[in-house]
Amino acid sequence: MRNPFKISAASLARSLTRTARLMVGIPDYEAYVSHRRQAHPGEPIMSYSDFFRDRQASRYGTDGGKIGRCC
Amino acid sequence: MTIKSKMIWTAVAVLGAISLGIVALWRGESINAIWLVLAAICSYMLAERFYARFIATNVLQLDATRPTPAQRFNDGLDYCPTDKTVLFGHHFAAIAGAGPLVGPVLAAQMGYLPGTLWLIAGAVFAGAVQDFVVLWASIRRDGRSLGEMIRAELGAFAGTTAMIGVLIIMMILLAVLALVVVKALTHSPWATFTVAMTIPIAVLMGIYGRFLRPGRIGEMSVIGFVLLMLALVFGRHVAEDPSLAPLFDYSGEELSIMLMAYGFFASVLPVWALLAPRDYLSTFLKIGTILGLALGIFVVLPDLKMPAVTKFIDGSGPVFAGSLFPFLFITIACGAISGFHALISSGTTPKMLDNEIDARAIGYGAMLMEGFVAIMAMVAATTLEPGIYFALNSPAALIGTSPESAAAAISSWGFTITPDLLKQAATDVGEASILSRTGGAPTLAVGMAEILSSAIGGKALMAFWYHFAILFEALFILTTIDAGTRVSRFMIQDLIGTVVPSFRATKSWGANIIATAIAVSAWGYFLYQGVVDPLGGINTLWPLFGISNQMLACIALVLGTVILFKMKRERYAWVTLAPAVWLGICTLTAGWQKLFSDNPAIGFLAHAEKFARALETNQILAPAKSIADMHRVIVNDYVNATLTGLLGALVIIMACFGTAAILKALAEPNISARETAIVPAE
Repeated sequence: MRNPFKISAASLARSLTRTARLMVGIPDYEAYVSHRRQAHPGEPIMSYSDFFRDRQASRYGTDGGKIGRCC
Repeated sequence: MTIKSKMIWTAVAVLGAISLGIVALWRGESINAIWLVLAAICSYMLAERFYARFIATNVLQLDATRPTPAQRFNDGLDYCPTDKTVLFGHHFAAIAGAGPLVGPVLAAQMGYLPGTLWLIAGAVFAGAVQDFVVLWASIRRDGRSLGEMIRAELGAFAGTTAMIGVLIIMMILLAVLALVVVKALTHSPWATFTVAMTIPIAVLMGIYGRFLRPGRIGEMSVIGFVLLMLALVFGRHVAEDPSLAPLFDYSGEELSIMLMAYGFFASVLPVWALLAPRDYLSTFLKIGTILGLALGIFVVLPDLKMPAVTKFIDGSGPVFAGSLFPFLFITIACGAISGFHALISSGTTPKMLDNEIDARAIGYGAMLMEGFVAIMAMVAATTLEPGIYFALNSPAALIGTSPESAAAAISSWGFTITPDLLKQAATDVGEASILSRTGGAPTLAVGMAEILSSAIGGKALMAFWYHFAILFEALFILTTIDAGTRVSRFMIQDLIGTVVPSFRATKSWGANIIATAIAVSAWGYFLYQGVVDPLGGINTLWPLFGISNQMLACIALVLGTVILFKMKRERYAWVTLAPAVWLGICTLTAGWQKLFSDNPAIGFLAHAEKFARALETNQILAPAKSIADMHRVIVNDYVNATLTGLLGALVIIMACFGTAAILKALAEPNISARETAIVPAE
């Protein structure tokens, strides 16, 4: 069994960054890139800044947006 | 279960029982906050370990091998399998807003005990169950939204009814949140200046993240945060400078007009310019402040000075009118159960779940976390001297506008306070007056300032902490107003679009502006009405908000119950049926009293009648200053009464649809729920 107390500082920082980014609606860019490479080889992959704009538009977007916001 | 874990859980149960016992039975001068915190943490841990597990394995039968929408439709964007803890953070950030911080503060007028018990029992048996069940239902339906699921399981008409309900809630929510901001900023140059500065700061961040360093959220947030803190520190000079202060010193009416104009312009601006950057700031500040407050409470371990139960459980309280049942359960919506969460649990979260079994920690667990946030708000409010608490939360109509009249009125209720103490409290937080700052935010800010300043900085930093807390609440409320106005605009365009199809074009400027104007005037109407209300507005608006939010929760739980019946799991249907019935009873009783109570402080119709009778003899009652005002008050009463009636009708209609669907499911020999069939991941 993996000891939960033995997480390296680097992976903790990475995990925190990913959490913070997803909190504001930006999913993991590396996961997106690796998904595109695996599932759609040869097809175009958005650059990070295009990816960022795409996700920003989608979160608050022109089609209703999906910003889930509670009282 | 191993012996070791049995021992641990027995210890948690014993500690929880002792803490709950102390919270419930202690009648001394004051009680330490640790007992509330421990009672809540132990109850929530036990609930997550045992009740949520029972729901996961027996009721919902989560299946670790069943591919989730994220796996089946993985596109790396909307649908992507996400690590459990990362997704938990996302979900929690989406559900935790201003609601769980305001409700408990208002409910504190009845003492800390009733609110705390409801926050514990409500989160465990109602709120977390709702979030969990809706999340599960959505995962099993390709991540569909609440509206789509209601349409599929209960019929098209029920779906449209529910969507109209959502729109009404949205309007009341935006009005009540805007009112909270107005109440906190009224005649407070320091707070108004800092909040106003968030606009240029956000625009600066937006330009940085769009053109200079695209997508560097961390960098832009740090820049924004530093500028924000500078604005906060500089705000004190603004407030003390006789030439600058008047520029940021506004009455409630002026502020509400400004907020409406702001809501209109902000929601037609491109998102990267204002909404997105401020959303980053407010989200991170919110999470940071919640962590800071938790840390502060654990370090300081403050004593609660409010009695366990006050005499105001009979409904005569100054903060909100109405007796413990049903109004406590309406006042504390978020934190115990919030219908809004059903929209989030069927929003982005189900599309990102990596494994079905994670739904328990995320759906159920995140709500318990929000319950804990609400407990902290309760602690912050009840650590204040009760006299200070009532000075902050009572309307001017009851306590007057001078420290002397306020101290006399509050002391006569049995909470001794002197005018000097009230003046001192205002000076401590750097304000001219703390009287009648209703709406919860200022109370929370004073409570947080007390807790945080005893951890860091002492009296010297108290004013800073107070304005920091106001800023933090105003920041995310403004984000909600902006985002909420946008969402309502699309909903309005969609609704009108069913009659005039061309209205649906979201790129059309004409349709955009008309729909935005409708949305802003709808919530603006209730906001303005609340601002001029002599009872402070929160008094009228918060119960309406609570009723509508609980009504949505009731609808979501009815959906859950119907699905369980359709899946032939009726023996477990009590899990969702019991909280649905309870909420139905609370909202309908509260709605009934708001409509038909003889007491003009509670019943809208009685209030209208009182004013109508005064009009017959040409008498003018406060807040009206003229005969025209009198007519306006009466119109407002009828608008509020109609709205309450509408919300009640919505609950009844949905209950009928639910019952019909359940009877049909019982007659049906086979499973009739519309789950997506099990499809292996691509």
